[in-house]
Amino acid sequence: MEGVDSCIGTVMTVASELLRRTPLHALHLELGGKMVPFAGYEMPVHYPAGILKEHLHTRAKAGLFDVSHMGQVFLSGDTARLEKVTPADIAGLKEGMQRYGLLLTEAGTIKDDFMVSRLAGEADLYLVVNAATKQGDFAYIGEKLKGAAALTQRFDRALLALQGPMAVTVLERHSPGISALTFMKVVRAHVAGAPAIISRTGYTGEDGFEISLEGADAEQVARALLEESEVLPIGLGARDSLRLEAGLCLYGHDMDETRNPAEANLLWSIGKRRKEAKDFPGAIQTLNGAPGVKRVGIRPQGRAPAREGTEIAAKDGRIIGQVTSGGFGPSLNAPVAMGYVETAFAADGTAVDLLVRGKALPAVISPMPFVRHSYRR
Amino acid sequence: MSEVRYTDQHEWIRLDGEEATVGITKYAAESLGDVVFVELPASGKTVSAGGEAGVVESVKAASDIYAPAGGTITTANSALEKEPSKVNEDPEGAGWFFKMTLADKAEFNKLMDSAAYAKFVKTL
Repeated sequence: MEGVDSCIGTVMTVASELLRRTPLHALHLELGGKMVPFAGYEMPVHYPAGILKEHLHTRAKAGLFDVSHMGQVFLSGDTARLEKVTPADIAGLKEGMQRYGLLLTEAGTIKDDFMVSRLAGEADLYLVVNAATKQGDFAYIGEKLKGAAALTQRFDRALLALQGPMAVTVLERHSPGISALTFMKVVRAHVAGAPAIISRTGYTGEDGFEISLEGADAEQVARALLEESEVLPIGLGARDSLRLEAGLCLYGHDMDETRNPAEANLLWSIGKRRKEAKDFPGAIQTLNGAPGVKRVGIRPQGRAPAREGTEIAAKDGRIIGQVTSGGFGPSLNAPVAMGYVETAFAADGTAVDLLVRGKALPAVISPMPFVRHSYRR
Repeated sequence: MSEVRYTDQHEWIRLDGEEATVGITKYAAESLGDVVFVELPASGKTVSAGGEAGVVESVKAASDIYAPAGGTITTANSALEKEPSKVNEDPEGAGWFFKMTLADKAEFNKLMDSAAYAKFVKTL
């Protein structure tokens, strides 16, 4: 049986190399987390409950994720200059609000995606970018904004995500008043006595929070949350299946420097003012060009998952695209995927074939999210 | 009396008279995690030792199942198509994948016995 050995082999080989650890590393080991290398960090892919149970538990109750590997940074100076590298409306971001943005290359393709917050009464912006891309992103932003705005990396900080329908009940016990915070809002508050930046966001499609902490406070806060009967620790495996069901992109898979925001179906992340001004990299091409391919949701009709890299064919056999994320959706109890297809085949309901192990398996282009978002607006 | 042998790819094969039953080991099932899909070989298909005979997929990954020895597939465990979780619940019992007749029993005899396999797993 191929895969079992190679998977374990990889873990053992890389463990001897220098992998970074988050402030919760010892806690992951104590909880029985299966640690794997991910984006240069040693991270739990799952705990003893396993990916399936962790996924379903998050949708039913509440799950605690360690996402401290992601890049946290503060931007000071003329922060509106961030608009040089993103089509998001930064100047118009109101105090106490968080926003999703794309980081663009000079050509207007997608270099990364990030969350940006304007905390009440603070001049600096708070950003969170992806783990694997954070070093490159900060060098790029630093270079583009040189002389106008400066970045302060806080890779030493921890970031926890508490996600699921009971997340609000749980967090309210440790941060009284936090339930008043609504979707995409952000505030400085205390959790279990520790100072934190808390936003009502996440990447599972569920209601929930992301909690940024000083590294030294992370374990104490995580333990306090895990002591609540509703909460289980959740690994990166379930984080991936949850975000896929929620139709959310994973950078480096569902978008990269070969795609622009129109192809990636992320035009909604471009601010209205920015669309009118067309003042971001690649604006003309992104807004006026007809994209040749588009990111779509895909529902395989059988039980077989179609993994990343699976070719997508039209019914006449011609290859029209490729799966960029695919697997099994535990909440749907069915396989789900997303990928890019030629625009003529991107309409919901279009019948296609997925070429899995040499067989053409029927699938349908489908609206996303696959599982309804439960945000508290 | 049946005899059980193991491969270094973590399949088990149990020989009862002329017919052998094949599945994946407890170690393999635990390493894979929650199984969500299996692809089984068709009855009558001939396989060679080490040849592809099926696929098992967990939430995260797909793995090939190899025939531990050459021969002909007689039955596949179609119950796994509806309930792939049987592979995790009882990998060396109800979670079997297929039955086959062997072309050459010597191929079976060359495989690891349970003591050798237990020792092999300890080295991983």
